[in-house]
Amino acid sequence: MITRNEVIKLIMNKLKDEDLVISTTGMISREIFSCKDKNSNFYMIGSMGLANSFATGVAISNPKKNVVIFDGDGSLLMNLGSVTCTGYYAPKNLTHIILDNYSYQSTGDQPSISKSIDICGIATASGYQMVKDFPEFKEEDLDVINISTNSLSMYRIHVSTEDTHNIPRVSHLPHEITNNFKSKIL
Amino acid sequence: MSISADNFITSLKNHSFYNVAGVPDSTFGGLFNKVDRDSEINYFRANREDTALGIASGISISNKNCCVLMQNSGIGNIINPLTSFNLLYNIPVLLIIGWRGYGGKPNDAPEHWIMGEKTEEYFKMLDIPICTFENSEEDPEKISEKLNSELNSYDKSPNTKALIFKSGVIV
Repeated sequence: MITRNEVIKLIMNKLKDEDLVISTTGMISREIFSCKDKNSNFYMIGSMGLANSFATGVAISNPKKNVVIFDGDGSLLMNLGSVTCTGYYAPKNLTHIILDNYSYQSTGDQPSISKSIDICGIATASGYQMVKDFPEFKEEDLDVINISTNSLSMYRIHVSTEDTHNIPRVSHLPHEITNNFKSKIL
Repeated sequence: MSISADNFITSLKNHSFYNVAGVPDSTFGGLFNKVDRDSEINYFRANREDTALGIASGISISNKNCCVLMQNSGIGNIINPLTSFNLLYNIPVLLIIGWRGYGGKPNDAPEHWIMGEKTEEYFKMLDIPICTFENSEEDPEKISEKLNSELNSYDKSPNTKALIFKSGVIV
């Protein structure tokens, strides 16, 4: 199974500089920061479970921009109800990527319940227009991931757990992250 | 004496609040349905207060005014986002909160007794400024004046703040 870090590198390299990226709490934000730090990245170091609703507001307010969420299984399940709200309002410029390692890796690899949950089925039933599950993601699958303003999308990518000891923390202060991100919205 | 939901909506629009996210509360009478039906306002029917706050924050960082309309029983649901997101990242949102259980036990239904008594304390604890609207007997012009002054100060210099309304002030 592909590692989370490999998937993050592949997708971040596919994105354009002006695409707005919102990443969830924990290792996912740290890995994105290490992979490709840029002003259009918003690292949510706290507020677990809020990335989806925040990104929904950003997407609705910036319809011409691509908005991409890097979410985890734990953070998605923490506020799963927000998926129904996002599906209802269905901003077409929002792409929700779930990096699913079936665990809360940042807190010590405790198992989550995601393995047996049909996350893509929930997204489809909530009104997401493009939904795809990747149990065995490969580099060529990158072509299937369509970052665009054409349809509200969710891609669930199953990833392996890996050693995360050497991943640095996000070094920007929270208010700097806000100001950097705002400079890319204006 | 009280102010009408229509006047409240006019005040919101006059201060560029064309985006509202919320979870319904009976304290505000017909306000929620009117906001939802208003063709000039984008109202987001959130399932929970933290979802409303998240959506409002995404709009706020995009330089548009957005308020969250909610009941005080949902304050617990926004404590984590407020402390580890809005206040930390300096992303302001105006909170407009219905005050169920005003005055504590035995006012209102039992499920509102504790939060009714503690509502202001939550915001004081987090150093979030509040402005309360407690007197439904007050002259409607005075209520409107106070509301407009609060909306105006947010519009000029946005900062997270809670406006807390007792039942009967807006009808």
